[in-house]
Amino acid sequence: MTRYLIIGAGVAGISAAEAIRSVDQSGDITLLYDDADGYYSRPGLAYYLTNEVPEKQLYAFQEDDFHRLRLQRLHASVRRIRPSEHKIELNDGRLLPYDRLLIATGAAATPAKAPGVELQGVVKLDSLEDARRILKLSRKAHSAVVVGGGITALELVEALRAQRVQVHYFLRGDRYWANVLDETESRIVEHRLKEEGVQIHYQTELAEINGKNGQATGVRTVDNRQLRCEIVAVAIGVQPRKALAEASGLKVDRGVWVDEFLRTRTAGGGALPGGEALPDVYAAGDVAQVYDPLAGKAVIDSLWGPARQQGYTAGLNMSGQTRAYRKSAPFNVTRLAGLTTTIIGAVGGRETDADLLEVARGESETWRQIPDAIAAQADFDVNRLRVLVGKQNLVGAIVMGDQTLSQAVHHLVAEQADITPIREQLIHPNRPLGDILAGFWADWRQQHGAK
Amino acid sequence: MNLKDLFKAAAVENKRRQVVVQGQVVPESSRCVQCGICSFHCPIGIDVRRHAWQGTPVKDSHCLTCGECVTRCPRGVLRFEKSSIFEG
Repeated sequence: MTRYLIIGAGVAGISAAEAIRSVDQSGDITLLYDDADGYYSRPGLAYYLTNEVPEKQLYAFQEDDFHRLRLQRLHASVRRIRPSEHKIELNDGRLLPYDRLLIATGAAATPAKAPGVELQGVVKLDSLEDARRILKLSRKAHSAVVVGGGITALELVEALRAQRVQVHYFLRGDRYWANVLDETESRIVEHRLKEEGVQIHYQTELAEINGKNGQATGVRTVDNRQLRCEIVAVAIGVQPRKALAEASGLKVDRGVWVDEFLRTRTAGGGALPGGEALPDVYAAGDVAQVYDPLAGKAVIDSLWGPARQQGYTAGLNMSGQTRAYRKSAPFNVTRLAGLTTTIIGAVGGRETDADLLEVARGESETWRQIPDAIAAQADFDVNRLRVLVGKQNLVGAIVMGDQTLSQAVHHLVAEQADITPIREQLIHPNRPLGDILAGFWADWRQQHGAK
Repeated sequence: MNLKDLFKAAAVENKRRQVVVQGQVVPESSRCVQCGICSFHCPIGIDVRRHAWQGTPVKDSHCLTCGECVTRCPRGVLRFEKSSIFEG
């Protein structure tokens, strides 16, 4: 009987367990997790914080589901993997044997470097426990400062507004999420935030968090302005939780390096033979830096969809199948200042965003790539559609507001549809972009038998 | 509202009802993050989220096709699609 160990109870770990069970009915699957709340919808925390969904609703799996998968769960932290012995060592010293192991430890918020980050009232949004803390603090707080960029920073801004806390949003540069959105899109989001009563401070950098009796009381900016606040929320990016893999002699770059079958390698040197494949140790999800043979490089995504797919693929491989993970056009749907926004493929704004250090949660590195393409766009009220037109296909798109075209555009980008027949129309200014794409999609769908 | 607009509005409403009656809720799994808002708002307690996880249409005969889950989903996962059960 094969013994499977999965470290991490996020969507990658759960998905791997489902895949293993679909192939191996008798294997022994154990899920180890260090977040006491187990498996819940991490992206759902944003909606919990805006009072749209109660806490207990975030648990997507009930006892019946774990029972159905015959999945054993163990709340424990892992200190080290001993690949040569096929064992893991827990923090309490216990050793657990395995035949196949999956590292799905996810990612953690990058802490701010300013003095005072240890004060009560300085928060991040990684876990359900973090969300509970934010709600508790919000009951007594008047003002908050939010620092950072990307999706999580806005989730924090909107959460605090929903809890009736006055929000000051610090941006280091001159606009929001400059390496993914173009200027118009940034301004749409900022305008909506201002309408909600959020005070945006441009070119403003946090220097220090002040406190009294261990509680945050305000901040000082680099240009020496003082602001009173009881909450400082930080979302400057996430880092793969790769310490376990590093301590265990695995090949680690920015994340845990895996090949297209999600298999890890040794780092080389030390007690382990140099740089060899570890056929029984896999990694998936936010912690993994997955090699893409088509692109010739290893990329990090911090997205629910790829984490689920990677977990599933790893699970199949762990249970004896041979399945390569094929990265599709990265894609996320999110809400930016109340505006549903779909981001697909490469849409790159500027090369850098001063508000984010690493990749941020809910983001793919691919989005930041500045494609060799022409941007075509259409604005109608608060709705916006921007498609990046390559030589023969669409390389990326952003759909803000009305999502009618989002599915069509997603398929056209993901399946690299040949858009030659409409290319000239798309890049011609003042043409009805939406109508052209909708018409093309209807024909394309019929020809290719897509859903 | 003049008579023409009234007729137009009635036609739109009629069309909407047709969709609702003949339709079923279909998820696009890749958009879903399992937040559970859909299941939470279902007036008769269908676990719509599970359908979204499995990528299966909501075929529950009790589904009222009221559209609560479709409109509440913050990520546009769900849509009405004409079902084939009324067709020959």
